[in-house]
Amino acid sequence: MVQKLDTLQETPSQTAGPYVHIGCMPSFTGITSIYPQDLGASPISDGAKGEIVTIRGEVYDGTGWAFRDAMLESWQADANGLFPEQEGADPNVSGFARFAADKETGVWELRTVKPGPVPMRGGGYQAPHISLWIVARGINIGLNTRLYFDDEDNWDDPLLARIEQRPRVDTLIATKIGESEYRFDIRLQGEGETVFLDL
Amino acid sequence: MAKDMQDLGPLIPRNRAIHPVPHDPDYKTTLTRSPRLPLLSMESTPSEETGPRFGHSLIGPLDNNLIANFTGGESLAVGERILVHGRVLDENARPVPNTLVEIWQANAGGRYRHVKDTYFAPLDPNFGGCGRTITDENGYYEFLTIRPGAYPWPNRANDWRPMHIHYSVFGHSFGQRLITQSYFEGDPLIDLCPIAATIKDRSQLDRLVAPLDFSKSRPHDFLAYKFDIVLRGRRQTMFENKPEGM
Repeated sequence: MVQKLDTLQETPSQTAGPYVHIGCMPSFTGITSIYPQDLGASPISDGAKGEIVTIRGEVYDGTGWAFRDAMLESWQADANGLFPEQEGADPNVSGFARFAADKETGVWELRTVKPGPVPMRGGGYQAPHISLWIVARGINIGLNTRLYFDDEDNWDDPLLARIEQRPRVDTLIATKIGESEYRFDIRLQGEGETVFLDL
Repeated sequence: MAKDMQDLGPLIPRNRAIHPVPHDPDYKTTLTRSPRLPLLSMESTPSEETGPRFGHSLIGPLDNNLIANFTGGESLAVGERILVHGRVLDENARPVPNTLVEIWQANAGGRYRHVKDTYFAPLDPNFGGCGRTITDENGYYEFLTIRPGAYPWPNRANDWRPMHIHYSVFGHSFGQRLITQSYFEGDPLIDLCPIAATIKDRSQLDRLVAPLDFSKSRPHDFLAYKFDIVLRGRRQTMFENKPEGM
């Protein structure tokens, strides 16, 4: 026998299921009498400093179907690479958003400020990126990934540098398709499978 | 820089062995929605160690009362009245105060208020099915609700979900984000449910089964069930700030 550790283990995850919107975005399902508005309706408010960008995409399953029931969350720094509550952070950037694939088309949309580079713990910088978390029926534990920008310098980013198969880096990079508009598709499985993260 | 980012180390790496398997033939939808390639593992960065904070001002007085919140307290939901309560802790066994907990569930007949749910059980005109609260300084939360019904779902020919409540918890870091479900002590459908069975270690599944907590039950009013939730913790040692390998 040995001494007992006094640490705990994380609670196991379970799928968010097909009705996750009821709990997290109730107005999306027509439930509007409980909260004044859905949480995370926008990661920015008027006056946020920096370039305001719109990102659209779809989430594809292993058959290539853009499924309609995905819910996503995003978390990011402001235009100077500062997160809310850090000294000097932009008061008009909450950094957090929730959004869902459209019930008819499967397209999701995020309107936000383009984040700045974020310092690493031991020095150096991460390229501008937005952290994403994807849940849905059939996803047993939320999937973490990141969105980078194809018009930024991603060369020195420590996370991207760890991806052995270099073509897979592209799965994390949003494509500029217009003035302040980007496209970012997420593929859960199969050809072009998005790099998902464990960090 | 926020104080907790300076003082705390990285997130403790997730022990995936306690979690459900992503790909499970008995839960058919997982087959096309689970990545085939390995996850990219890395030490957490400020992007995962920070996260959204929500204040108590977000929460309305009925937000954690699912019996009353859909009608603003005018009419009450049908069903067996229960209190569900517990604490949010981290892996260091410390309470997680001031963190948002959201729940959603079916009504007493096993029907969700959702356009995609076409089960025979009727909607309850006085039940919406969602609630939220923020833990107190000791990580404690509670909800007043009705016990959700079991219901059939399209998977194998005759699959039923045990009675369950969905939980969404934030913690203080985006990397702590967790969605899970609580089940009810004594429900025989737990052992037959392919979603519960995606957790392969039975002792881990048992951690999702809320026991009847008779001490918290209020006479002539409600029964109580306890459900504690553990989020990932941050590593902390006196050596945390030394360069790696030195």
